[in-house]
Amino acid sequence: MANIKEKNTITKPVDNTTLEETTQGEKKTEIIREPIFKTNNFNLWYGDNHALQDINLTFNKNEISAIIGPSGCGKSTFVKSLNRMVELVPVVRTEGEILYRDQDIFEKKFTVEELRTKVGMVFQKPNPFPKSIYDNVAYGPRVHGIRKKKVLDEVVEKSLCDAAIWDEVKDRLHENALGLSGGQQQRICIARALATEPDVILMDEPTSALDPISTTKVEDLMQQLKKDYSIVVVTHNMQQAARVSDTTAFFYQGYVVEHDETKVIFENPRDQRTEDYVSGRFG
Amino acid sequence: MSNYNIQEMIQKNKSNKGAGFEKLIPVILLIITSISVLATIGILYTLISQSLEFFNRESFVQFFTSATWQPYSSEPEFGIWALVMGTLKVVVIATIFAVPIGLGAAIYLSEYASERAKKIIKPILEVLAGIPTVVYGFFAINFVTPFLQSLYSGISLYNAVSAGLVVGIMIIPMIASLSEDAMSSVPNSTREGSLGLGATKLETTFKVVLPAAISGIIASVVLAVSRAIGETMIVSIAAGSTPNASLDITSSLQTMTGFIVQITSGDAAYGSSLYFSLFAVGMTLFLFTFVMNIISQWVSKRFREEY
Repeated sequence: MANIKEKNTITKPVDNTTLEETTQGEKKTEIIREPIFKTNNFNLWYGDNHALQDINLTFNKNEISAIIGPSGCGKSTFVKSLNRMVELVPVVRTEGEILYRDQDIFEKKFTVEELRTKVGMVFQKPNPFPKSIYDNVAYGPRVHGIRKKKVLDEVVEKSLCDAAIWDEVKDRLHENALGLSGGQQQRICIARALATEPDVILMDEPTSALDPISTTKVEDLMQQLKKDYSIVVVTHNMQQAARVSDTTAFFYQGYVVEHDETKVIFENPRDQRTEDYVSGRFG
Repeated sequence: MSNYNIQEMIQKNKSNKGAGFEKLIPVILLIITSISVLATIGILYTLISQSLEFFNRESFVQFFTSATWQPYSSEPEFGIWALVMGTLKVVVIATIFAVPIGLGAAIYLSEYASERAKKIIKPILEVLAGIPTVVYGFFAINFVTPFLQSLYSGISLYNAVSAGLVVGIMIIPMIASLSEDAMSSVPNSTREGSLGLGATKLETTFKVVLPAAISGIIASVVLAVSRAIGETMIVSIAAGSTPNASLDITSSLQTMTGFIVQITSGDAAYGSSLYFSLFAVGMTLFLFTFVMNIISQWVSKRFREEY
């Protein structure tokens, strides 16, 4: 598990000593702090309720960006805005820009399907389809026209391996995914998101429905995934944010109070409210 | 301090309640429940015993193998296939017509319609389910048949197409409403899982929602088909009374139910073969719907998906 004390300076990527595969270090140094998501004065309303106010945030490639804040502060709404899932609520209205690799995601020519293929999502409650484990993981590639069994077999195995669940399910790939435990289901959902090889993975409180052991597994997994993906994670659990993330944004009542290195947020926050929240005085 | 002593009043009232009455309730309810069970047993007994009487008089083999139904002839022939084919023609036409429309409506209502549209359309569909079937029969012969004849003059006044289409219209609300229930009960998180992977709404509907709701959908279709098999008024009015086993859907035919209506409203002499044939046909009809019920129960167990 990551330890914030081992974190390097701002310009260098996090060196996670608990991981064995540090060989990709050179690759990482080339892509230091490349912004992947940038929001410019992003506002969102649910009907008359101004749920997100002037959000200006930047998330970087190959980092885990945590979003913390009390219930109802808009953190889930925000993360769902990044892949436009928030638009499934009919009364939602947005203003401002969200740039994904310098491209406004609300632009007409950038379809929502295209965006969601690049920006995968793992939900709060494990939501595997009532299908076999194999069909769950192969779903994304199949939807995007990949039919060859050889390719699918490989993708399924790789995704399940990357989601650290291959060994547990390799002998029952064709059993219903709903027969697995909650923690396993969540890792199947992560594998399902990985199968389309997205660029970014959004996680909306991915461990809130899981027991501590499964939570640890998912957190370890996030550290592994950081090498190849950028992760934005919403969490209720401050220890989790402190353990896994590189940067942390603190949301409060629909706006961003503070966004900084996780270490700064937890050890030396600038805003009194941040300090109160991370020290557990409210929230 | 209250002027009343509530506990005392409760004790007093309690003694007024007959303790025996409370014990009698389950007995009364059991009797009430037994009425429907006994009625079913009674009807089955009548059907079976009278059918046996029929088979005492007429050939069992002929009944199930012959396709000629000529109960009035001097040498009557009772071949059930003529009536079964009539029923099947109407049911197949009704099913082919109703399943796509009913499912389409269910998909629209469950996946695409706004709350407002749903609120308006669903009650209308349910009104359709409440129209008396005799009205549908009139609709078939006074409206659908002339319309079909204007398209293709080879269609006779009584035919399978018109009856089949109108039976189809009758069962659409059943398929639509029950399938919509099945699809709506698929949790939204499942849809989000699919949309979140970049699937379109249509892909999500067909690859995730429909498969997840399949047991309810199949059950609704099976139920609707049994309803079509047992449908009587529409086919009595619009399908004719010419038993035949041909595959021709433009000419007059007779269904099992149609035959029963014709004979019971006419004068089948008690004790004649014709009279007993009613029960044999009724028994066959019962077997059909019974098998459909079994299928429906098996299907909903087999394909049930737990969330």
